[in-house]
This record gives sequence, C-alpha cells and structure tokens, in this order.
Amino acid sequence: MSAIILFLAVLAMIAGWWLSQQRLTAKPWLEEGAVGDFPGGDSMTWPAAKVGLGVFLAVASTLFVLFISAYSMRMSVVDWRPLPIPRLLWVNTGVLVLSSVALQWAYVAAGRHDTESVMIGLLVGGASAVIFLAGQLLAWQRLGAAGYFVASNPANSFFYLLTAVHGLHLTGGLVALGRTSAKMWRGAEIAEMRLSVELCAIYWHFLLLVWLVLLGLLTGWTDDFVDICRQLLS
Amino acid sequence: MVDIPYEGITGIPPAEVPEVELYHPRSWWTRYVFSQDAKVIAIQYSLTASAIGLVALVLSWLMRLQLGFPGTFSFIDANQYLQFITMHGMIMVIYLLTALFLGGFGNYLIPLMVGARDMVFPYVNMLSYWVYLLAVLVLASTFFVPGGPTGAGWTLYPPQAILSGTPGQDWGIILMMSSLILFIIGFTMGGLNYVVTVLQARTRGMTLMRLPLTVWGIFTATVMALLAFPALFVASVMLLLDRLLGTSFFMPSLVEMGQLSKYGGGSPLLFQHLFWFFGHPEVYIVALPAFGIVSDLISTHARKNIFGYRMMVWAIVGIGALSFVVWAHHMYVSGMFPQFGYFFATTTLIIAIPTAIKVYNWVLTLWRGDIHLRVPMLFALGFIITFVNGGLTGLFLGNVVVDVPLSDTMFVVAHFHMVMGVAPIMVVLGAIYHWYPKVTGRMLNDVLGKFHFWVTFLGAYLIFFPMHYLGLLGVPRRYFELGDAAFIPPSAHSLNAFISVVALTVGFSQMVFLFNLAWSLFKGEASGGNPWRATTLEWQTPETPPGHGNWGKELPIVYRWAYDYSVPGAAEDFIPQNQPPRATQLVQGAAS
Repeated sequence: MSAIILFLAVLAMIAGWWLSQQRLTAKPWLEEGAVGDFPGGDSMTWPAAKVGLGVFLAVASTLFVLFISAYSMRMSVVDWRPLPIPRLLWVNTGVLVLSSVALQWAYVAAGRHDTESVMIGLLVGGASAVIFLAGQLLAWQRLGAAGYFVASNPANSFFYLLTAVHGLHLTGGLVALGRTSAKMWRGAEIAEMRLSVELCAIYWHFLLLVWLVLLGLLTGWTDDFVDICRQLLS
Repeated sequence: MVDIPYEGITGIPPAEVPEVELYHPRSWWTRYVFSQDAKVIAIQYSLTASAIGLVALVLSWLMRLQLGFPGTFSFIDANQYLQFITMHGMIMVIYLLTALFLGGFGNYLIPLMVGARDMVFPYVNMLSYWVYLLAVLVLASTFFVPGGPTGAGWTLYPPQAILSGTPGQDWGIILMMSSLILFIIGFTMGGLNYVVTVLQARTRGMTLMRLPLTVWGIFTATVMALLAFPALFVASVMLLLDRLLGTSFFMPSLVEMGQLSKYGGGSPLLFQHLFWFFGHPEVYIVALPAFGIVSDLISTHARKNIFGYRMMVWAIVGIGALSFVVWAHHMYVSGMFPQFGYFFATTTLIIAIPTAIKVYNWVLTLWRGDIHLRVPMLFALGFIITFVNGGLTGLFLGNVVVDVPLSDTMFVVAHFHMVMGVAPIMVVLGAIYHWYPKVTGRMLNDVLGKFHFWVTFLGAYLIFFPMHYLGLLGVPRRYFELGDAAFIPPSAHSLNAFISVVALTVGFSQMVFLFNLAWSLFKGEASGGNPWRATTLEWQTPETPPGHGNWGKELPIVYRWAYDYSVPGAAEDFIPQNQPPRATQLVQGAAS
C-alpha cells in the first residue's frame, strides 16, 4: 500500500498548494462587501470541462496506482512466475506513441485554425488507438496459445487484468474522440472544437504515460526500483 | 426590508459569471424521468436510496426477531441470518447513506447554495443516477436468484466470501460485486459534477470561505469518495475474477469440501487492505456531509453565527486528509506486524482532535443562542449527543489492547451503529425536515415530526446503549444463536428480547415519518420561500420550489458569509448572503 500512500501524498500536496491560494485564513465574518474587495478565492479561469478532466485523471490515476500497489504486494509471494512479454507489445507501444503524437499535432493545428490538419490528426490518432487495442488482443491470443492462461499464475492474471483496464480506459477515450471527430465532420467551428481536441490529447498523453509505467512493471524493468522502495519503507 | 436596486449603489455590473447553456426539457419524460436538472436527479436519488433503505430496515427487524427470540421463527435459518446481516450493512452504508448524502443532498444543495443554475455536466449527472439505479436493481435482484444474496458479511472477506458453504456463493457474490462496480462508476460520474461545480460554478462573490459548511462537507466528502472508491473497485474486480475465472489474487491454497481447491498463493490480507483503504474513508464520507449540514441547522435554528467558521473548515479538510491513514485499525485482529498497530492507533487517536474541535464549536454555537427547538434542531441536537457517544467508544476500539478482546463482540456493533448509523440518520432526518419546505413549498407537520424525533431518538438509545453492556459481557456479534454459553447470563437474553421489541417499535415509528412526507406534500401548511429565515442562497430563490435554472434572469451576487444571524444593529435577525452591504446600512438608518 506504500505506492498509493505516496501517490496520495503527492495529490495532497497539490490540493494543499491550491488551498493555500484560496485565503483559507480569511475572516469571512469581517469581510462584508462587494466582490473584488477581497482578492483571491474566485473560480478558476480554466473551462469547467478541463477541470473535470483533471479531476477524472486524478481518480483514474488512483485506480491504476491501487492496481500497482496490489501488484507489488502480490508479487512478493513465492508462487509468482513472471511471464515472457510478447515482442508485439513493443510494436503496440510504438503505435500508442504515434496515436498520442497525432492528437497533439491535431491540437497544435487547431490553434492555427487549420481544419484539414485537425481532421487528419484526429483520424490518425483514432485509427492508431484502434490498432493498439487490436494489437493488445493479438498479444493476449499469442500468450494464450503459448499456454499462459489468466488463472495459471498470478503474474499472468495481473498481466491480463492491467492490460484490460488500460484498454477499457482507451476505449472510453475513443468514444469521446469519435464524438469530437463527428462534430468536426459535420463542420463545427474550429474555435469551438479546440477545447475538445485539447482534452482528447491530454487524455491520450495520460494513457500513454500509464501504459509506459505498466509496461515497465510487466516487463520487470521496475523490479529493482520496487525492491528499493519496499526496503526503504519496511 | 427596503427594496433597493443595488447595482446603482455598489456599482457592480450584473453577474459576469458566464451563463451556462441550460438544457431545456421538451417533454414530460425529459422533465421528470430522464431529467438533467440536478433538483430532479436529487429527488430521484433520494427516493431510490430511501426505498432500498427500507428493505435494509426490514432486514434489521428480521435479525432482531432472531436475536431476541431465538428458535421462535422457523422462517429464519442460519444462512438467511448471514444474508440479512450482509445486505443490511451493505445497503445502509453504501446504497443508502452515501447515495443519499452525496447524490441526494449534494445534487439538491450544491448548485443552489453556490448560486449556480445547475451542475456543470448535467448529462453526466443524469447518467450517474441511472447507473446508480441499475446498481440498486442488480443488488435487489440477488434476493430472487438461486441461493439468494451473499452472506459473506458486508466486508466480503475472502476466502470465505467465494467458497461453498457461504450462502449466495453461486449468484449472490457475483451480483454483489457487479453491483458495487456499477455503483462506483455511477458515483464517479456524479462526484466529478459535485467537485467541479463547487470549483467552477460559484456565483460572483462566493469565495471558498463564504461557502456554507454544508457545501464544504459535501465537497470534501466527494473528493474523498473519488479517491477511496477506486480501492473498493480494485478489490471487487479482483475478487470477481477470483470467483469467475479462478485466478488467485486473494485466494490462498486451501481444502474446500474435502478437496484441494484450484486456488493457491493469494493473499486475503491484500483484500483487507484494499477494502479498508476504502472502508475507513467511507466512514467520513458519510460523516463529513453530516457535520456540514448539522452546522447549518444549528446556526439557523439557534439564530447565531457558527462558532469558529475557519476552524470548522480546517477541521473538515484535516479529517478528510487524516482519514486516509487510519484504515488498518480495522485489522488489529487480522495478523499485522505489531508496530503497524501502534502507528494506526496513533493516527486514529489524532483524528479525534479535529473532530472534537467540531463538537466544541457546535456546543459553543448553541451557547447563549436564541435556540428554537423546532424539529430540525431537535434532530441536530440528537446528532451531537449521539456522535459524542459513538466517538467516545471509538477511543476504546482505536486502542489495540482494548480492541482485541472487544473486536468480535456486540460492543463493536453498538459503536458503529451509534457513530455511523444513528448519528448520520439523525442528520438525514433533520435535513429533510429543514429542506422539505424548499423542495415542496410546504411544511412538514410539526406534531408528527416531534413524535417521530422523540421515538427515534429515545428508541435508538434503548436499542444501542444496552448493546455496549452485552459486548462487555462478551456476547459475540454475527452469531445466529448464542446457545448455552456459560459466560452469558440469562439477563443478556432478556436484554436481547427487550432490544428487539424496541427496535421493532422504532422501525414502525418511521412509518409515521413516511406518512408525514406524503400527507404534507398535499395538505401541509404553505411555507413561503424562507420559512426558517435563513441566510444561505437556496432560501433566496425567486420561486419555491426553485424553477428550472434556479434563479431568475440574473445570478445572485454574494456579499457576505453564510452566517450573519443576529447581527447587532441589523433590522432583522438574519441577513441573506446576497443582500448588499449598503442596503443594510440604509435599513439601519431608517430604523434608528
């Protein structure tokens, strides 16, 4: 559970920093008067959807960190046998990077009011995300064919579970991306769509980051790091 | 009150808060059923939660029948008793209290109290309710599937939760996990709304330190729930996979029905960590909204500003943060490294400090207040007393050495029912009496309300006080029958019978409340817009009940905090948050 505690400590620091900007030491009973007499404490200037996405990313990160906590606790039991990671995952990772880059490109293009580039970026981003998901399913199939079933070892179980949860998050993102693309297709103003494209790009970067962390965990790259942390904390 | 056009006086332009585009319902269906209006969603949440809560109430009667008169009722067997315990606990904690405080009160009060037209993502908010309803239906369906609901206890500890021998092993446990997963998805949708609405949709002048404490409580509880429910989600998904696919996340190798099971190596303790990482914050997810609401009830009905507003806010935030590092005090008897126990005992006792600050502040708010013993106030006072009681026994159980002998006794049942059952329910009931006039435009009947309060309050004490004594005697909890244990005196059995009779009485007295709700809807006295003469924004709406969009053409502008009661020199004993300062002075001048 140390991973989740560390993660929550980081969140608490962010929340604490934000609260420190909110004049929590004010004495509201003395501060009768109009707006603007007392600086600070107004709503953020960000659009609500962006704040909403930020909060959602915090929740989704919590979910993944909890899975990672469970992973690191379970892997210390003796029956843990790491499974060979299919080569295909590296290709998939490349595709996911491409997807993220394409969406970032679309966002930059939206800033230039370049509708055509935005469309291309969204399509490439969406298509490569679909390819990534198909690649993940193929990797599952290969592992199954090689006899690494979901229940045969906890390492396998976690592999299937973590990739599935990540894939489901990406599928949810594809719904949002599809809606954005459909609106663009029907000819919505690019100025209106810029925010949606930006939110999609942020979400994709987040899922790429999560995937890289998970990949590090599943391939065992981070084992040494996990060991060091465990020794430090116990 | 003199009607003064305040824009001219204060030089403030009309609301600069960007107007949200409201979704306007076009048909009866989108107005009342698939509504995106937070107020309608709040009522849907409240009704659904109350309906499933009534099921849990009936389950508690059945348990009490068995405990009070063992062997008398042939329709209750040992398996069913375990199922009743499980469903009663799960429904009350999650499907009733969490849904009611956050989905019900949160949806209704947040937009009105912060001066918003609606939640920021109304469509997601609507989805939240429908997913919650689905979760409730899945949960309720377990009563009708083969084998019935799970009897694993509300903590659902593996390995026994998914082994044969535990009732509901076929369908019950699967549906329970599915229902929890749905609930968490639905709650996350709603929770995003509550948080972002408080952050982004406050009207002009509504700084964080001018928020009513109700909003602070619900806001902080929602943030906690968003971070704590994922732990239950993870635990549920993994336990579901253990049950369905035969993985061994939590399941150790063991012999089941004389056969070596397919499981091996899993860690039941891991489940307990995940469960209580959610489970302890859950206590405060229920308590913090109650703290917030009760602060507003006390201030309004004692006609006095809340004592130590800043301290109250800091305490809410502090409790929220601390509650994430106390979870293992639920696991003293699970076999932990002993020094962990001391760490968690220390954090547990530290959390008593901000909580005690809140209790002192409530009492000091009452001190020399102009106390009106109206029904909401009675329930608020009932809450304070009950919460102090439950909190004190919490100090017993928070200490490792005291907890170990008491852990599996009725003492624990008494403790958490006081602190987490009766206390929040007192606030829920008080809050319904308080805000019912705003929701319906009519007052609840006062005589019936006072009857309801006294029976509920005294009855709850008659039920749960003796349970402490039973616990100290060593009477175990979760047992279908006590049998002829030598250490249990006959008096304990007659006490059990007494508790059961009171529990049934108190349970039936809730029907008076339901009758009051229904009767007052049509026949209640018309309340007007602000019957309690309260300061917060929800009482200042142009219409009662508030119309679609809450406010008239312009959003209200806030000039003061939420607790200007009995201000010296003011014309009335309350000054609404949206009343400009100059206008007050003019009224004062006219009065003098």
